[in-house]
Amino acid sequence: MNDMTPVRNHRSTGRDDGPLNISRRGFLGGAAALVLSVTVPVGRARAQAAATVAPGTRVNAFLEIRPDSTVLFRSAFIEGGQGIFTAMAQIVGEELDVDPVNFTVEGAPPGPDYLLTGGGRFTGGSMSVRTSYETMRKLGASARQMLLQAAAARLGLSIAELSTEPGRVVHAASGRAIPYGEIADAAADLSVPTDVVLRSRDDFRWIGKPVRRLDGREKSTGRAQYAIDLKVDGMLHAAVQHSPRLGGEPGALTNEAEVQAMPGVHSIHRLPGAVAVVADSWWRARRAVEALQVTWTEPAAATPRAMPAGFSSETHKAMLKSTPGDGVAFEQEGDAAGTLAGAARIVEATYDAPYLVHGQLEPPSAIARWNSDGTLELWIPNQAPEMFQAEAAKVAGIEPGKVIIHSPMLGGFFGRHFLYQTANPFPQAILLAKAAGRPVKLIWSREEEFLRDTLRPMGVARFRAGLDGDGLPVALDGVAVGEGPTGRWFGRQPDKVDSSAVEGIAGKVYAIPNRRVGQVHVDDPAIIGFWRSVGHSINDFFYETFFDEMADAGQQDPYELRLRLLADSPRHSNLLQAVADLSGGWKRGPFAAEDGSRRARGVAMASPFGSEVATIAEVSLRDGEVVVHQVWVAIDPGSIVNPAIIEAQVNSAVALGLSSALLEEVVYVDGMPQARNFDGYPILPPDRMPRVHVRIVESGAPMGGIGEPGLPGVPPAVVNAASVLTGQRIRSLPLSKLDLKGMEG
Amino acid sequence: MELTINGSTFQVDVEPDTPLLWVVRDTLGMTGTKYGCGVAQCGACTVLIDGQATRSCVTTVDSVVGTAITTIEAIEQDPEGSKVVEAWVANQVPQCGYCQSGQVMAATALLKQTPQPTEEDIAGAMVNLCRCGTYNAISAAVRQAAQA
Repeated sequence: MNDMTPVRNHRSTGRDDGPLNISRRGFLGGAAALVLSVTVPVGRARAQAAATVAPGTRVNAFLEIRPDSTVLFRSAFIEGGQGIFTAMAQIVGEELDVDPVNFTVEGAPPGPDYLLTGGGRFTGGSMSVRTSYETMRKLGASARQMLLQAAAARLGLSIAELSTEPGRVVHAASGRAIPYGEIADAAADLSVPTDVVLRSRDDFRWIGKPVRRLDGREKSTGRAQYAIDLKVDGMLHAAVQHSPRLGGEPGALTNEAEVQAMPGVHSIHRLPGAVAVVADSWWRARRAVEALQVTWTEPAAATPRAMPAGFSSETHKAMLKSTPGDGVAFEQEGDAAGTLAGAARIVEATYDAPYLVHGQLEPPSAIARWNSDGTLELWIPNQAPEMFQAEAAKVAGIEPGKVIIHSPMLGGFFGRHFLYQTANPFPQAILLAKAAGRPVKLIWSREEEFLRDTLRPMGVARFRAGLDGDGLPVALDGVAVGEGPTGRWFGRQPDKVDSSAVEGIAGKVYAIPNRRVGQVHVDDPAIIGFWRSVGHSINDFFYETFFDEMADAGQQDPYELRLRLLADSPRHSNLLQAVADLSGGWKRGPFAAEDGSRRARGVAMASPFGSEVATIAEVSLRDGEVVVHQVWVAIDPGSIVNPAIIEAQVNSAVALGLSSALLEEVVYVDGMPQARNFDGYPILPPDRMPRVHVRIVESGAPMGGIGEPGLPGVPPAVVNAASVLTGQRIRSLPLSKLDLKGMEG
Repeated sequence: MELTINGSTFQVDVEPDTPLLWVVRDTLGMTGTKYGCGVAQCGACTVLIDGQATRSCVTTVDSVVGTAITTIEAIEQDPEGSKVVEAWVANQVPQCGYCQSGQVMAATALLKQTPQPTEEDIAGAMVNLCRCGTYNAISAAVRQAAQA
């Protein structure tokens, strides 16, 4: 799910009991859910279910054209703000010949049709559009072809005499037209064509255009429904209190009788690592569970991932920084060690970045309902329905095919809703619904979320650079120390580097002839997860900030040095020049702004998730704080689907990247997080949002991602600018830790 | 207790110190108002109490008996609210959308009190958190709504 991991790894290592081995029965279970929700005749769904389904080809699994010619589309990817539902409508609509505005899009149930991400299925890694673009275009074109066939049969004409206009088949010679809705049923019974012609790029009406998001109005009027908003008949509400340290189990409940007598309380439950109260409303459940006086036992020996009682983030950071060695090599070119030994000048630095929470505004929840036919139905925020289905089956002790998964709109995700066993509420909801004999909706309070969210790992990197007599870098050695989330969740091989731990130090584009990038693996005691742009969010900060250290040591302008080292890479030098141009021409400063403040600019580049990004930030210092006034981003994703959504996603990535640079840090003391809500863990407020300027460059390179790539350049661009003003190197985040008073100049 | 919400009266039988948020969401089933933090930090739960933007997660239900409560469900019936919604749609403000009910309520309250807000007025009133970082689109939409 990070940038550099081959997607097929997920297939081989991440799904030991996942959809690849899904049983025939399992598939039909999924199909039944689909039929119930959309009234596709079961015979039809079954007829198209070949023994092995080529994902993304079975039109009826994705598309239902309704009598009014509008389209219900089941998306393999889940909408969580990134605009994927709109992008799917644009891509499919372009080839189907239906205006995207006439699409209703929903998250698809589990099933083999939807395994569009390297043979698996997840919404993440900025993968959705780029992995499915051709497949979804072909799907739309196939459906159009089926509609043409159905119309030809009805009119007694050949397909060659017919064409389409948005939402209808037309016969130009006679002027007759048949709305799609009238022939949708007949078309759905036809076999899916194997060879279709796609529209020429020059003829695109919707792909590449700033089509409005499909969900803008419902999200502006409170009508959009998230998992936390759903209800099912007869459900009870549940709240939990977790062990303060993972691995602890509930011992004595000293006031159980009193709590049982509280208003609305239905029942009290012990769960693995938690206690729960089920009640007739969530507020009553929460109040009761928080009133429970629980003695937590210490974890039994060998409890996996138990949080040590003495764990502190500060101590862990110090340990990472003092862990010696070059580690296992990930990227090598030339002779870094030899060149460093003979370099005219050596630049050395160690960087660190803190743990972070995801902080998506929708707290996690789960509704579980055991049905009388033996199925288990779940409504859960998730980025990977099949993986959740397989895990839910394990928890429930039933076959995966008996688990029906609904995947609602996500109230933000940023990597939060992958399958992380101790961080997902649904296993608790399954157990509670079973015990209560009623459907249960469980919500984690924000405080419980801060306790059990997976964290962006603690990051540390050491750099050594060698400069030649002209001050130009000729060797670079970078070592990341710690653990990456991909290895944690998809299996780590001790002799191999987890790419999610080094991406952003590795994979850089500058022509430094002698390079070595390695990783020293150190287990992270926290439950770590994927956080928007994953390793890049940490490592591009380290690398690009160290780059400015190299430039300054060699008395080079950091922008000019980047340009020089990209001289043989037109895609990157063009992009760097594009962002400089967008910002009115490169100037580092310090300079006086019109408002009298003293400002500087910093620049950074990143190559995350198949896209290329160049970023410039303008900052000043005020009242001891770093103020970011403007951020300019040039992004080259190769080719695009929706420029308005790209601009929105870049704004969003700038905000999150800036929030991490300025404010965010999870602090653990005695094995417990010190902040349990946003009052102790500030996130970017509106008055610290800079103006953001975006330039999209379509170089024609293979399509890259959009959701994450805007982020990694922001922290280093901001820090590089801040260092110009402070005259100090800043090698640790967040900036709010620094005492900058008196430095306004 | 009797509550007046969106012009209708409701009898609710809950503990008097129950937060208004949970009465609106669970007891009355109006889920447009969101739970984000529960401690008045994020503003996702913003409703109007007699026209004032108020964080319902820390507002006890007994304290709003006899007031006029407005939630996002009725926002389009309000002249300012309707303008705000149109500006939100036109500016394509929402991303994940989870905070946007609260943002729209805050903007509506601002325009009711200050029909022509300055940049400082907007900055002073629009303080709700958005993890998707839609802040620039929000301020553009507020400016547009004020012109509508």
